[in-house]
Amino acid sequence: MARHVIAPVDELPPGTRKFLDIDGRPIAIFNIKGEFFGLLNRCPHQGAALCEGPLIGLAQSSDPGEIEYTKLGEIIRCPWHGWEFDIRTGQSYCDPKRFRARAYPVNVEPGSAVVKGPYVAETIAVSVESDYVVVDL
Amino acid sequence: MNVQFRDRPDPSAPVGVKTAIADCDIHPARATADELYPYLAKRWHAHIEAYGKQAYHGMMEGPPYPKAQPNASRRDAWPPEGGPQGSSLSFMQKQLLDPYNVALGVLNPLASGQGLRNQDLAGAICTAINDWQIEKWTSKDKRLKASIIVANEDGPTAATEIRKRAGDPNFVQVLLLSRNVEPLGQRRYWPIYEAAQEIGLPVGVHAFGFGGNPLTPSGWPSFYIEEMVGHAQCQQTALASLVLEGVFERYPDLKMVMIEAGFGWAPSLGWRLDKNFERLYSEVPHLKRKPSEYIRDHIWWTTQPMEDPERRDHLFQVIEWIGWDKLLFATDYPHWDFDEPSRVLPAGVSDANREAFYLGNAKKLYGIS
Ligand code: FES
Repeated sequence: MARHVIAPVDELPPGTRKFLDIDGRPIAIFNIKGEFFGLLNRCPHQGAALCEGPLIGLAQSSDPGEIEYTKLGEIIRCPWHGWEFDIRTGQSYCDPKRFRARAYPVNVEPGSAVVKGPYVAETIAVSVESDYVVVDL
Repeated sequence: MNVQFRDRPDPSAPVGVKTAIADCDIHPARATADELYPYLAKRWHAHIEAYGKQAYHGMMEGPPYPKAQPNASRRDAWPPEGGPQGSSLSFMQKQLLDPYNVALGVLNPLASGQGLRNQDLAGAICTAINDWQIEKWTSKDKRLKASIIVANEDGPTAATEIRKRAGDPNFVQVLLLSRNVEPLGQRRYWPIYEAAQEIGLPVGVHAFGFGGNPLTPSGWPSFYIEEMVGHAQCQQTALASLVLEGVFERYPDLKMVMIEAGFGWAPSLGWRLDKNFERLYSEVPHLKRKPSEYIRDHIWWTTQPMEDPERRDHLFQVIEWIGWDKLLFATDYPHWDFDEPSRVLPAGVSDANREAFYLGNAKKLYGIS
């Protein structure tokens, strides 16, 4: 497992996402209301670029006619067949036992820690004053 | 260890398929509303602008979109140069034909002149669509073959268009839709079957269309998900009608393709028809064989939407009833319920059946060497 420095925090404001290749793996990093999450950008269903989909909320119902819409902006909907996944955990809502999107832990580290390592950041110039988004892979 | 950034990943970078396949249901679209004008007489430009294209359903602009995704299409299928999904040949090549190794792609344009109430306009637009398919698609990429679009509610006009295309290698089938003014076996549609048999092309029946009737026999459902499953009911109506009206007795060489309405229901329809036929034979004495025999001999089925039962042996049982030689692989590109070729067929299929499923059956049916 290696830790990769992805971007300065300022480059990924809330509601945005960033697509990357890390060691040949397609990954997307999301900023959801100030928290960062990483998902493998490949849908466990038929392999679409999952994170290209829209960010939506979760429609749930306790009874017909009662609809609750929560987790706004925290659910990713696959661009192909529309399966929904929780960005925080990779959990699917259509078949949570069998399917989950691969999730990667993402942290924010101060520049001083990033300079010391153990991080890989060849393409990003790191300065001690800033904070950085870091993903474990 | 390098970390590379891209603004967007390349959405057209699928896993890839090594052996060649056929894709028997691809939906080409027009990039702009007036893209057909060069193929239509001036009279119709003015007519369309003044009166519109009135269909048998009540909505001026056709069925309301989006359906689950914008234009009922994959969200990654918008061409980079603009225009709706399915409107760019170069993007279709990059996203579908090249990576999935498509050796034969059958075009089924949906927003065509079919189902318009003005039959002269319907005929003119269908002819224009056929010319457009040659110029924009099949002449530019030899892997692509077109379906002859016809004004389906006007048998004689449709038959003229079919005969006009006889022997033209750009076309491999005649295309009808499942939702019509009357069930598809009825006599108004017979000139279509006669012409298709004469020129030796199969007739495809694609789910959707505008007959003016609700999707279900008991009215309009509330949800899109009901529409998705309702297409199987429509297709069953069409198929029962074709068999029971005696279309396959009258046109013994006619081959038909049921497109995009599933196939898991086929055995049960066959069983029910046969059982009733034992008792009700005298009502339809023009039938010389059991209904299921006509189905098995005359009907091919495209796979998308591919049935996905929990137990794969159930899928294989259904396919055994239908025949491994009768399935045609389809992705339904660019629509959102696209089937990814390397992921649809469960393990445990013999090499011969797999080859037939992905390519052989289609090449044989459509006469592609
Ligand atoms: S590939 Fe994502 S839902 Fe099917």
